Amino acid sequence: MSLGRFLIRKIAVAVATMVAVSFLIFLALEVNIEEVAVKVLGQYSTPEQRAAWLLQNGYNDPFLIRYFRWLGNFVIGDWGQSTYFRAPVMDMVLPRLGASAILAGGALLVIIIFGLGLGVLAGMRPGSVLDRMISVFSVVTTSIPDFASAVFLSGIFVFWLGLLPGASTMISGFSLRELILPVAVLGLYSMGYLARVTRASMVDVMGTHYIRTARLKGASLSRIVLRHALRNALITPVTVIMLQLPWLLSGVIVVEVFYAYKGFGTLLYDAALNQDIYLIEACAMISVLVVVLSQILSDLIYGWLNPRIELGAKA
Amino acid sequence: MKALTPYLQKPLVLIGGFLAFGWLLVAILAPVLAPYNPLQTLQPLVKPLTTGTNGEYFLLGTDMLGRDILSRLIWGAQTVVIYATLATLTAYVFGLSFGLIAGYAGGRTDAILCFLANVILSFPVLVLYIVIIVVIGASPINIVIAVTFSSAPAIFRIVRAITIDVASRDFVKAAITQGESTWRILFVDILPNTTGPLAVDFCLRLGYTAITIGTLGFLGLGLPPPTPDWGGMVNEGRAMAIAFPHLVVFPCIAISTLTLGLSLLADGLREVNDAKERQA
Repeated sequence: MSLGRFLIRKIAVAVATMVAVSFLIFLALEVNIEEVAVKVLGQYSTPEQRAAWLLQNGYNDPFLIRYFRWLGNFVIGDWGQSTYFRAPVMDMVLPRLGASAILAGGALLVIIIFGLGLGVLAGMRPGSVLDRMISVFSVVTTSIPDFASAVFLSGIFVFWLGLLPGASTMISGFSLRELILPVAVLGLYSMGYLARVTRASMVDVMGTHYIRTARLKGASLSRIVLRHALRNALITPVTVIMLQLPWLLSGVIVVEVFYAYKGFGTLLYDAALNQDIYLIEACAMISVLVVVLSQILSDLIYGWLNPRIELGAKA
Repeated sequence: MKALTPYLQKPLVLIGGFLAFGWLLVAILAPVLAPYNPLQTLQPLVKPLTTGTNGEYFLLGTDMLGRDILSRLIWGAQTVVIYATLATLTAYVFGLSFGLIAGYAGGRTDAILCFLANVILSFPVLVLYIVIIVVIGASPINIVIAVTFSSAPAIFRIVRAITIDVASRDFVKAAITQGESTWRILFVDILPNTTGPLAVDFCLRLGYTAITIGTLGFLGLGLPPPTPDWGGMVNEGRAMAIAFPHLVVFPCIAISTLTLGLSLLADGLREVNDAKERQA
């Protein structure tokens, strides 16, 4: 299958997924119009006010018509008004998305450097003391919930050592120091998984014939790893990095709430606490879109790194 | 007992089992172990290892409402064990049934179920929970529903893959030729062959569910107060954590040891399963 056809098929699946997701979100949040009116106008609105509002905003139309109108508006960028923040939803979401991208980008960097690094170190000599230590480290870090590791890290670096700020509000402008703890918590939680995948892949490659040949020729371990093993061993892990994104997004919500970071996660959280349905809809749609796009990217990277694999073939 | 020997030789299984079954024991024995009623207000914000004004001894201190933290942790173990197990089991009922059906039926049924599973799995887990909780509200049953909704598709995928593999083997073909009913083939012939990988997944998923319930509690979207809930305790204590770290540190240690125990157990099971497969 050519790259063009492969891409078109992937994009078609992604569009179908997004349509299904949007239908589920709309169904969940707007099927009951009475509740929509209560959530938008508040609990103390009169039944007459609600009825008038529903009529005015086309809520008396059949469900499917409302859904397609909503979807059309969403696609052209009309995401409605936030009832809590009293501002257009799109103007709220985009800057917050940028702020979270900085956080997630930093975390990805940590995950890639440490995840790949530790995985390669562990997989170079399977069964060694270093391998065991790294294995234990990755099990422990991935098992601890992110809010708990936020408590532990803050306890050590804020409360006990007094080295870092305990919140990441960025009130007096962007601060790299305030970013350290949130990034560390996110990175710690996800790097273990990448390290395990990298280790397994590395162990497989180190057992192949061409590595044995290189060894028999007398090449040093560092030369074998750097020149021969790494290129093949990193194919799977690099693909996995992209698939970590959904987990990272979940983690971002927790970490942003914990450190009061003004990003996408706290926006969704505030929207949920205040029953701000249009804002919740937009946030949910955007987060799924990010996941779907990252999956396409991951497929492309895999095909690009591994030309032996035919694109679209069943794995 | 003999079947258990390879498992008991693994230090990972032993440590993991000690942590996980330890908490299970605490949950069961909560009424006996807890020194005080977890909802009773005694004396607010007592530091750990202190004797209260009325002669009570507070090993882990008290919270801002004066409730004994040790007692709340012990009863919180019961909360998490009950709800995590219930939610995981419900998710398994749905994931298993649909997975068996999709893997065995194939064709259009399979394609539709797979698409639906992919749709749900493309939500970041926490976003899905938040949407569900906003719609149906935070209550114990609703948390079970939310977990089922988000975990069942992942279980479905695993079971479907195993079913496709098992269904192509000769003994299933023989069963079909014998004229066995489809239900009998699914649940008597195929299902028992999925237990090895599923046991590993069950341990891991129990841990994820415990993390989820904790995280929802931490976000204030979990079990409603005053239920003793580890995540909720962290949420309530967060504002005063600088002055009274014991409010948040102990619940975090509790949940971390439980989830660590479950992942170690899962790891150990997987290693033994892999070794068995290599021998076979």
